[in-house]
Amino acid sequence: MEEKLALFKNRKRFGIEKYIDVIFKNTALVLSSFVAIILLGIVLVVFFQSFESFSRYGLKFLVTSEWNPVKDEYGAFTAIYGTLITSFLSLLITIPLGVGTAIFITEDFVPKVLREIIGSFVELLAAIPSVVLGLWAIFVMEPFFREFFCFLHNFFGWVPLFSTEPTGRNSLLAILILVVMLLPIVTSIARDSLNQVPKKLRNASYGIGASRWKTIFSVILPAALSGIMAGVLLALGRAMGETMAVTMIIGNSNAFSWSLLSPGYTISSMLANQFGEADGSQVSSLFYAAFVLMILSLLVNIFAQWLVKKFSLKY
Amino acid sequence: MNSLFYQKNSSRNIGDKVFTTLSLICVVISILPLIFLVTYILIKGGAQITPDLFTLEPNPPGDDLDAGGINPALIGTLIITSIASIISIPVGVGGGIYLAEYSKGGSFSRFIRFGVNVLAGVPSIIAGVFIYALIVSTKILFGSMYSGLAGGMALSILMLPTVIKTTDEGLKLVPNELRYASLGVGASMYTTILKITLPSAFRSIATGVVLGIARAAGETAPLIFTALFSYYYITGFGDLFYEMGSLSVLIYNFALEPYDAQNKLAWSASFILVLSILSVNIFLRILAALTEKTKRV
Repeated sequence: MEEKLALFKNRKRFGIEKYIDVIFKNTALVLSSFVAIILLGIVLVVFFQSFESFSRYGLKFLVTSEWNPVKDEYGAFTAIYGTLITSFLSLLITIPLGVGTAIFITEDFVPKVLREIIGSFVELLAAIPSVVLGLWAIFVMEPFFREFFCFLHNFFGWVPLFSTEPTGRNSLLAILILVVMLLPIVTSIARDSLNQVPKKLRNASYGIGASRWKTIFSVILPAALSGIMAGVLLALGRAMGETMAVTMIIGNSNAFSWSLLSPGYTISSMLANQFGEADGSQVSSLFYAAFVLMILSLLVNIFAQWLVKKFSLKY
Repeated sequence: MNSLFYQKNSSRNIGDKVFTTLSLICVVISILPLIFLVTYILIKGGAQITPDLFTLEPNPPGDDLDAGGINPALIGTLIITSIASIISIPVGVGGGIYLAEYSKGGSFSRFIRFGVNVLAGVPSIIAGVFIYALIVSTKILFGSMYSGLAGGMALSILMLPTVIKTTDEGLKLVPNELRYASLGVGASMYTTILKITLPSAFRSIATGVVLGIARAAGETAPLIFTALFSYYYITGFGDLFYEMGSLSVLIYNFALEPYDAQNKLAWSASFILVLSILSVNIFLRILAALTEKTKRV
């Protein structure tokens, strides 16, 4: 009994504890502001490093596709075009696939256990490092699709997108590997937003006689649209910045071509390829390209966050 | 009268079936890559796992038929990921504590949360470019250029948002009653955080952090011009300031070599990398599912 009482003895706070408290709080404050410092640092450093190239080529850099270290002429149009076309086309394929999968695992077609397993399978795909996907794309996907690409060229060669003879690595393969990478992002975010749609809406729709898919298309999907859109934008940001798998499979050629069956370039693959060996004004031009990539992905990300904030509390 | 019964051939029922089938096809297409990929890696990479793989240095690519092992890359990945964790975990947990415990939803914390999301969306290669400009090209670290230390710093930038977010969200789930009780018996704020809230959020924070580490271990883009690559054993502390190999950069370099022996080495390295990342992920998932079940009961 005596011992137990001793445990509850009154104890005064030491004076020093107050200071520790203040120090602790301020340390946490400083640590949390690191995020802002790093973000600002990235923007400033990349901007100032690209300044030389920026003042020399100006906006012409964005629309010319000459990249010649010998003549000191730099233009990133091929890479910018490659970044945009690969990310948009891969999204175009991913959206129906991802949303379709998300619908399947939020409806009750199969037992819940099975749906959860499917969901975790898709999410596990996101854990695979992109360099491994690139390796797989080089040795498995490329031989697998070779004949299909020849077929595409033979029958649709009149379309500019398929106008060149397929030779090994090309932009279309990069698009396909991007689809594999984006699927988990779009699926999991679409699933979360579909799950958040209140059950009442669904019941009301069934109650007035709508069929299941009529309900999905006219009630559930519109209600979940903002969340899905945000997920799509996040995936777009990821697609534009994705480096390794794309670098390994896109073929890395700066010669501009409309065709998806010819080797291409993206900003990130250009950085990955040339940064290690560059010197002189090439470094500055690469920083300029990195700056363009950063601005693109920042815009997409900020827009996605704005969309989430603006529409998230509708229901 | 007929309209009361299920009509197999009415357009709406056929349409429903068509769309259900379509969504099933979507599911199959989404899962197939994972299945193909994992089986291919298990078969192709797993076939070549030998003890030598873990102990030898890789041979420089050439006509040499024997590619050697991946010991330096394996150790390098462990070191670089540890450096990234040592930097990002204290900073991230501290920042998360501020956001969840101290800030009262003011403009500063909103700005930081926004910044965390933006930083999470910065392409990983930009983190490499940043560290290159800041550390590698300026030789600020005792005159060394490419180094394992620089690689670890680049990775830590990628891990930081994950750590902050999981800490912030984990702490927010701790019921306020615990905090009131602790503060009510006279504990100071930092005692409450260190002894009460952090321990009760420990599991969710740890899960998020470990997932973040697993993700960082597979990152390549920030390392290719910060840590570069090395063929040689890591022998001592001083090697931190020199080029350092890693599994992911080894896969990248050797996948693009024209020699079969190097390609095979890339497959074995992928096998080890994927197996460890997937097992961490699956283990944490099972753990989370189990604890959730016990909670419900």
